[in-house]
Amino acid sequence: MNFTLHIWRQANAQSKGHFETYQIENISPDCSFLEMLDILNEKLINDHIDHPICFDNDCREGICGMCGLYINGRPHGNDDGITTCQLHMRKFNNGEDIWIEPWRAKAFPVIKDLVVNRSAFDKIIQAGGYISVTTGGVPDANTILIPKHKADMAMDAAECIGCGACVAACKNASAMLFVGAKVSHLALLPQGQIEAQNRVKNMVCKMDELGFGSCTNTYACEAECPKQIKRQNIARLNRQFIGANIGSDRKK
Amino acid sequence: MDSKIPSGPLPEKWTNYKASQKLVNPANKRKLNIIVVGTGLAGASAAASLGALGFNVDIFCIQDSPRRAHSIAAQGGINAAKNYQNDGDSVERLFRDTIKGGDYRAREANVYRLAEVSGNIIDQCVAQGVPFARDYGGLLDNRSFGGAQVSRTFYARGQTGQQLLLGAYGALSREIARGSVKLHERHEMMELVVVDGRARGIIARDLVTGKLERYAAHAVIVATGGYGNVYYLSTNAMNSNVSAAWQCHKKGAYFANPCYVQIHPTCIPVHGDYQSKLTLMSESLRNDGRIWVPKKKEDAEALRKGQLKACDIREEDRDYYLERRYPAFGNLVPRDVASRAAKERCDAGYGVGPTGLAVFLDFADAIKRLGKDVVEQRYGNLFQMYQKIVDEDPYKTPMMIYPAVHYTMGGLWVDYELQTTISGLFAAGEANFSDHGANRLGASALMQGLADGYFVLPYTIQNYLADQIYVGNIASNTPEFDEAEQCAKQRIEQLINIQGTHTVDHFHKTLGKIMWEHVGMARNADSIKEAIHHIDELENNFWKDVHVTGNAYEYNPELEKAYRLADYFELARLIATDALHREESCGGHFRTEYQTEDGETLRDDEHYMYVAAWQYQGHAQPETLHKETLNYEHIQIAKRNYK
Repeated sequence: MNFTLHIWRQANAQSKGHFETYQIENISPDCSFLEMLDILNEKLINDHIDHPICFDNDCREGICGMCGLYINGRPHGNDDGITTCQLHMRKFNNGEDIWIEPWRAKAFPVIKDLVVNRSAFDKIIQAGGYISVTTGGVPDANTILIPKHKADMAMDAAECIGCGACVAACKNASAMLFVGAKVSHLALLPQGQIEAQNRVKNMVCKMDELGFGSCTNTYACEAECPKQIKRQNIARLNRQFIGANIGSDRKK
Repeated sequence: MDSKIPSGPLPEKWTNYKASQKLVNPANKRKLNIIVVGTGLAGASAAASLGALGFNVDIFCIQDSPRRAHSIAAQGGINAAKNYQNDGDSVERLFRDTIKGGDYRAREANVYRLAEVSGNIIDQCVAQGVPFARDYGGLLDNRSFGGAQVSRTFYARGQTGQQLLLGAYGALSREIARGSVKLHERHEMMELVVVDGRARGIIARDLVTGKLERYAAHAVIVATGGYGNVYYLSTNAMNSNVSAAWQCHKKGAYFANPCYVQIHPTCIPVHGDYQSKLTLMSESLRNDGRIWVPKKKEDAEALRKGQLKACDIREEDRDYYLERRYPAFGNLVPRDVASRAAKERCDAGYGVGPTGLAVFLDFADAIKRLGKDVVEQRYGNLFQMYQKIVDEDPYKTPMMIYPAVHYTMGGLWVDYELQTTISGLFAAGEANFSDHGANRLGASALMQGLADGYFVLPYTIQNYLADQIYVGNIASNTPEFDEAEQCAKQRIEQLINIQGTHTVDHFHKTLGKIMWEHVGMARNADSIKEAIHHIDELENNFWKDVHVTGNAYEYNPELEKAYRLADYFELARLIATDALHREESCGGHFRTEYQTEDGETLRDDEHYMYVAAWQYQGHAQPETLHKETLNYEHIQIAKRNYK
């Protein structure tokens, strides 16, 4: 298969970026999207055309959350429930023009080309996305009973890989799905109750502080999430947040 | 070699150790700095635990976030001797299974301790909110894994590694917020700094700016995973590499059992030369999937050409070769055994798929027995992953699988305290060699990583640090730091200045092919010698002809790949050397000269019941072999039999 690629090039955070066009030929339909970029980079180096294109990637099996490209206007490209590394060229038409951009969000500044800085997500988790237990001194695992459906719902939310597609898909660059997933995961479990009110307040506060926007209620985040995290988690986040502020049993 | 195994009967060793070890009091903990390299299960859990104890911790990862470490990709589960299923499990049985699974090449005391703390790990993870699978009564559920006759594996769908890592990442994030741990993301360890024989810091490269930075500490923990990517194609992440561990080796830490490489039987087969990695299909699939090839060669041939489909082969014409050869364990034999059996069938001409290098993993029986819904609940994400890659629906047609490099049992040699041969340098998780002998059992890597980080290092490192309270702050403006930084700088400049004609990937792929062909699933002396010759040649070419684009002081992934590959050449030679010297077959190390009549491994306990620990002697110089004899006091040594 042959493609015309329009790829965002940007030397570093300070400089201005632009699209560069490259032709690529004889790509197998079984080739993954990132392998196609590997082949392009090999060509760029060997033929002294340009510096290779920088893009984040690691596990290449859809779980580490490192890769993330905006492909033809969709985070992770034109397929559902996958990351960029799981996208295959058979999903494209021969001869197609493909536009490749980095995540665009104020809270995710570009490092180089298609690589962005997602440390903001770490900072949100550090604000409270955990249960405070130190090592040792915990009860036997089976003394905490959890109804299966609750455990399953918690797991649905916990599957988030922190790739940032939800933010990239959102017109407001909102991180509500990401935060909602973590708040829900922990709020659904009895272990998470103790700190639930503080957690939701601190995480939402940090999210706002870092420059993520408000929810648009258009659910593009859910549509583009590679792990198909449900928007119900945003609703739960809102309920938790309201409950923590209005019905709080804690002193201000 | 002194492995510092505590005295006393095996079940009491760890208790005795903890009772008599030295500790650091809370006021002094604040004065001590610890560096942790790597944020996988071992690194994150160690840093979180040590930070919570009150030490000052600096943690480093090469990715943009600690949550990306490759532990995240572990699918199937984590073992623990909880005996929640009342099926006869115990610490003793988990210990025995692990020793036997490792083909009697692991250290008894370490493995017993691992089994002992396994239950605490599950308690810890549940307290952190890890959403393990549960039954309808709300209790934890278990499944079986290879090499065990009990159900002791805890799991969170097909994403157990992810959930355990996110648990440890949560604990780490909490310590970062509290200020006890400082995170350095997108930073790579380039050099270990040794002062007067003790590990005193590292030189790290900021991967965004390319700047070399100095970090000093009272102790250094390396938890940087395994070296499977030396084969280029493996189930490892693209950025997984041996360099941090290898720099330690070059500074004097012995490297143990490098030839013990685990080839995982159930991976999606190779399909093209542009391929960058191989995807694992969890071992848990062998709970319900049945592995087979056609009984008739003509059927296999027709399947390869696409003239027949799997469903066209009648039941009586299918060879469920694992069930046939190993009736006691069936499809759940350990990984090395299952991999060799697949290779044997394919080499004999019964392989399927376009290349003939694949076997079927069939769920038709399971779907009939349990219904599609149950199968989907258990393995849904794996089936989806397979479907996206291969473009075939595994609910309707059997999966095709073939073995691929997955895990490395070898690693930095450590004693009972997880300390390497350099004082103050510790190694944890896959980066050390300690617990799996010549073959690791499924669901034991997660167990070991978390055991090391949560429950072993927080104790044993204090036994070392107790004496360090007198030394005060470690300065980083010393000649040792100057020299280490200079060394890293020179290596980088040299690579960039070559400006040759071939890319880094070209050399890496070539090295991978040499290793897979000659030092892969089956090895023999002639072939290994040939490999060493090819490695030398390729390495020479690399240093003359590699083309690294860009410069040292920018974000430059090509440069990262180049300096990691430079270390892989040296490691590749050591793997081959170790494989050549070990004239027996055990676990993942299969020498074709040493096998039984029915093709099983043939150990030589009289001559090789030892850990081979290699000492670096300079570039391209033969390394010196040190032997740690394995003494089995508790367990009866037997032939490893899964029939």
